[in-house]
Amino acid sequence: MFLQQIINGLTVGGVYALIALGYTMVYGILELINFAHGEIYMIGAYLGIIFLGIFTTAGLTQYSLPLSLFLTVVLSVLFCSAYGFTVEKLAYKPLRNAPRLNPLISAIGVSIFLQNYVMLTQGATDKVFPHVLPVTTIEFSGITMTSLQIIIIVVSLLLMAGLHLFIMKTRTGKAMRAVAQDKVMASLLGIDIDRIISVTFIIGSGLAAVAGLMVAMYYGLVNYSIGYIAGIKAFTAAVLGGIGSVPGAMIGGFVLGLIESLGAGYLSSEYKDAYAFIVLILILMVKPTGLLGKSEGHKP
Amino acid sequence: MLKLENIHTSYGHIEAVRGTNLEIRKGEIVSLIGSNGAGKSTTLMTISGILRPVKGKVIFEGREIQGLSPHKIVSMGVSQVPEGRRIFPKLTVRENLEMGAYLKGKGQRAKGKGSGVKGQEARGKGEDTSRGDSRIALAEQLDHIFNLFPVLKERQKQLGGTLSGGEQQMLAIGRALMSGPELLLLDEPSLGLAPIIVIKIFKTIRELNAGGLTILLVEQNAKAALRLAHRGYVIESGRVTREGIGKELLDDPAIKRAYLGE
Repeated sequence: MFLQQIINGLTVGGVYALIALGYTMVYGILELINFAHGEIYMIGAYLGIIFLGIFTTAGLTQYSLPLSLFLTVVLSVLFCSAYGFTVEKLAYKPLRNAPRLNPLISAIGVSIFLQNYVMLTQGATDKVFPHVLPVTTIEFSGITMTSLQIIIIVVSLLLMAGLHLFIMKTRTGKAMRAVAQDKVMASLLGIDIDRIISVTFIIGSGLAAVAGLMVAMYYGLVNYSIGYIAGIKAFTAAVLGGIGSVPGAMIGGFVLGLIESLGAGYLSSEYKDAYAFIVLILILMVKPTGLLGKSEGHKP
Repeated sequence: MLKLENIHTSYGHIEAVRGTNLEIRKGEIVSLIGSNGAGKSTTLMTISGILRPVKGKVIFEGREIQGLSPHKIVSMGVSQVPEGRRIFPKLTVRENLEMGAYLKGKGQRAKGKGSGVKGQEARGKGEDTSRGDSRIALAEQLDHIFNLFPVLKERQKQLGGTLSGGEQQMLAIGRALMSGPELLLLDEPSLGLAPIIVIKIFKTIRELNAGGLTILLVEQNAKAALRLAHRGYVIESGRVTREGIGKELLDDPAIKRAYLGE
C-alpha cells in the first residue's frame, strides 16, 4: 500500500515538476507568475491527441509506433514552444516596464483566452487519447506499476537532468542565470535580454508540452479546463520548492505528488485536490520562501 | 573615438544629464569628475545604451549609437564596469568572466583586433593572437585576465558573492575586458576600497591604457583620477562646466576648492 502510493505519487509528481519548472524559470527571470502556463500544458495534451490522431489515420502508427510517437512528441513540443514564445511577445513584452500587477493581469487574460480558444475549436466535451500504446502491468509483492508510469517517471527525470545540465553548463544556460541575477549588468556584457527571455519561455513551454502529452496518455482523457487545476498545483509545487529555484521546482513537484497520493491513500481520496492547497497555505504561513528559496533583498 | 553631442537624459522624471558635450580620442584616459548626483553614471549608462537620451547624439567611431540596444553597443567594442561592480553573486568567478565574453561565443565580433587588451597581450608576449576556435580565444582571454589579476585564478571556482570588495572590483574589470573592448567605461572603481587596493586598481588602469585601451573614468576621487588622466571634464548638475588637460584642472583653484578639499 505504502510503496504503491509512493509510485503513484512519483508519477504525478514528475508531471507537476515539469510544469513547475516553467513557472519557476519565468519567475526567476521576470518576477512574473505566468498564469497562462497551465494552458500551455493543456494545449500540449490536445496537440498530442491531434498529431497522434493524424498519424494513426494516415497509417503511420500501424507502420511504426515508435516513429509515430516520436513525431507526435517533437511536433507537440515545437507547437507549444511557439505558443509560449508568442504569448510572451504579445502579452508580456509590451508590459516589461509597467507596474508588476499589469503583466500578472495580462497573464490571467491569456489564460482565459487560451481556454476558450481551445473550447471553441476543440469542443467542450472530453477528448479521448488514441489507444495505441500497449500498456503492460508489472506486479511484484503486491505493487502494480504500469509501463506508462515507468515512462513518465523516467522521462521527467531525464528531462530534468537535461535541463539542469543546460542551465549549469551551456553558454545560454549561464546567461539565463546571469539575467536572473542582474538584467542591467547582463546587458552591459552584451547579453541580449529579449533573446534569453524568449529561450526561457520556449524551454518552459516545451517541458509543459511533454507533461501534457504524458498526462493525456496516462488518464486517457483531455478537457479544455485541465490546465487550470494542473497549473495551480504546479504553481504550488514551485512555491513549495522556492519560486525562482530550478532544483526547488523539481523537488517541489515530487514532494507535492507524494503528499497528494499518500493523502489520497491514507486519509481520503475525496480531498485529493485539496491537499495541494492545504500545502500552499501552510508554506505561505510557515516558510514563504519554500524549501530551497532564499529570502533575497530586492535586486538593485 | 567617442563623442557626445548635447546629450539630455532623463532618469524617471528628473533630467539628470542636460546638454553634455564630451569627446574621447583613441588611446586617451579621460576622467569625468563631479559630485554625487551630477550625472556621471547617467552619462555612462547613456553611452552603453541602458538609458536612451531624450535629445542629442552619441557617436562612436563615426556611427550614431544612441538608441541601439546595449548588446549591440558592447559588440561594437564599448564595455562598461558599472558603479557598485555588479558581480553576479551566484555565478562562480570563472562564470562571471565567461559572461564577459558572451558575444565571443557567437563568433560575432570581427572588429577590435590589435587594439585594447588583445593589442596589449600581443605586445606583452611578443606573439600574434590569431583568432581560431572561440573556445581557444576564450581560454587565451581568461589567461590574460588571470595574468592581470592572479587572485582571480585562485578563486575561479568560488561564487562571485564570496569575494572581498577589492577582488570584486578586479573581477568586474576583468569581466569587462573579456569582450576585448576598444573603449572601457569605468564607474567609480575606487569606491569603498582600501587605499592600497585603489593604488593597484589605478596602476592596472594605467597599464591597460599603455596597452592601447581607451578609457573613460568616472570618479569622485578627483585627485587620483585627474593625475591619471590625459584630459578631464568636470560635470555639475548634468552639464559639463570645465574641461582641460588633467594637470591643468588639478592646479585650478576653483576645482581644488570644490573637489580636492584644499
